Amino acid sequence: MTVNLCGIELAHPVINGSGTFDVIAARRVFGAAVDEQFPFSAFVSKTITIEPRRGNPPPRLFETAAGLINSIGLPNRGLAEYLREELPQLATLPVPLITNVMGSNADEVGVLFEALEDRGEIAAIELNVSCPNVKTGLDIGSDPAELSTLLAAVREKTTKPLIVKLTPNSANVALVAAAAEAAGADAVSLINTLRAFAADPARPGEAWLGGGTGGQSGPAIRAVALAQTVAVAQAIDLPIVAMGGIATAANGRQFLDAGALAIAVGTESFRDPAAAGRIGAALT
Amino acid sequence: MTIADSRVQAPFGAREVAVTTTEQIGPYRVFGCRDELGPRPRAGQFYMLSSSDHWGAGSDERPYLPRAISVLAADDDDLLFVIEVVGPGTERLAQLVEGDGLQMLGPLGNGFSAPDEGARAILCGGGIGFVPLAMMQQELLTAGREVTALVGFRDGAHAAGARLIAGAQVATDDGSVGNEGLVTELLLAELDRDSNAVIYCCGPPRMLDAVRAIGVASGAATQLALEAPMACGYGACYGCVVKAADGSYRRSCVDGPVISADELAPDWLAVGGAK
Repeated sequence: MTVNLCGIELAHPVINGSGTFDVIAARRVFGAAVDEQFPFSAFVSKTITIEPRRGNPPPRLFETAAGLINSIGLPNRGLAEYLREELPQLATLPVPLITNVMGSNADEVGVLFEALEDRGEIAAIELNVSCPNVKTGLDIGSDPAELSTLLAAVREKTTKPLIVKLTPNSANVALVAAAAEAAGADAVSLINTLRAFAADPARPGEAWLGGGTGGQSGPAIRAVALAQTVAVAQAIDLPIVAMGGIATAANGRQFLDAGALAIAVGTESFRDPAAAGRIGAALT
Repeated sequence: MTIADSRVQAPFGAREVAVTTTEQIGPYRVFGCRDELGPRPRAGQFYMLSSSDHWGAGSDERPYLPRAISVLAADDDDLLFVIEVVGPGTERLAQLVEGDGLQMLGPLGNGFSAPDEGARAILCGGGIGFVPLAMMQQELLTAGREVTALVGFRDGAHAAGARLIAGAQVATDDGSVGNEGLVTELLLAELDRDSNAVIYCCGPPRMLDAVRAIGVASGAATQLALEAPMACGYGACYGCVVKAADGSYRRSCVDGPVISADELAPDWLAVGGAK
């Protein structure tokens, strides 16, 4: 089953969740096999910001029942290094490239959109308005009016397909999705991690994670992700990229049946980098 | 100083192998498996391991993620691993018996580099940290190099692990086996005798930090094998970072686990690592 996502041809319906697969590191570990056996039908970059970000202090992970809580903090080398160093390496992948960006306001997002506009290697932009570790993401992506205002200011800064990644940490995700549709998004992706707290076993009441709170991912959130996918599919006509705890083709099928056009695998890739390829093959 | 990148690359994707041998040595569970698909690893590299069956629903409804486990020895297609039970993941791995399925990804990470020509290697291990050092010892002895092995354990029961690293001088916290005291005392004595030696270390965070400080202060080239909880082991999750001397965060799994002592920030333990 090939998929047409906003004009981008995908060989199968499985892409990666932003920030869950590092092509450049994987090539160091697995060599050419990464490209030869690339598991995703498109590659979504980690979140790129204008300035470099070091990320949160460790510990950054906490294992839970059927999943984990992370507090990574969007480490990246910044827009200029991404364009100069990383994009040429990502562009040799055998699949279309989607660049995920985040800005703390419309001016920043506009700068990011304009910088990507002339880069033909990039097939689409995914806008992160949903990271629970960063204050701006939560504020903009959890409020329909805030999101409308942002998108209205930046939509015309790019001619590339624009995928808005929704946060699950909102009162009504369908209303946020409808706002994205009305303000010119070409697709939505959901869900990002659910805001979560990992209690330090040795220090009652204190946070385990260096960043304070984190985001829960993995099979533990799959039913929540499916409910939000159903709600958004009923509310809008845009293509949906659905994710949240997908670990098998049967899991993925449920999201496609709920109205998603494509799905993304994230945390399961941590357990097996080839998992998404198996799921994609089974759903093709 | 940067450790040379001598990693052996892994097949892409997790593969299933069968457990072929098991042995209990004191508190340590040693198990072997036959890995026909993978290459021979270098000392200091590790694998992400989980059981094929019943991985999950243990204590605390875990484990969920595979566990990063060092290799003790590699001979043809046979790999040996050592487990000490510290949580639900290692508990399940320690239950594996011959014939059980093991999910494996690896070899992963960058291992140890050989010392410069003529320099002696001092291996300094703490607890289960002796595992990658035992493999390094075999690599060096095979190459005809001079090696001194020092290992510290908390007590006599754990000191049973010294059986797995040939000719090691042992220190125990309670003095029940070998020298009473810290393995770093043995290390300082060895450095007094040979200041050109190269130090190879793996052990619990505080011991690793003590050896880091000794290495930096003495000027001896020092290769530290870090241990950190990881979700993926191959650079995807950015969860296993340590603070580097330049202030950046480095991933233990791909930028390590072996890192030069002078590349680690002096306050790396205070930045979350001590928990």
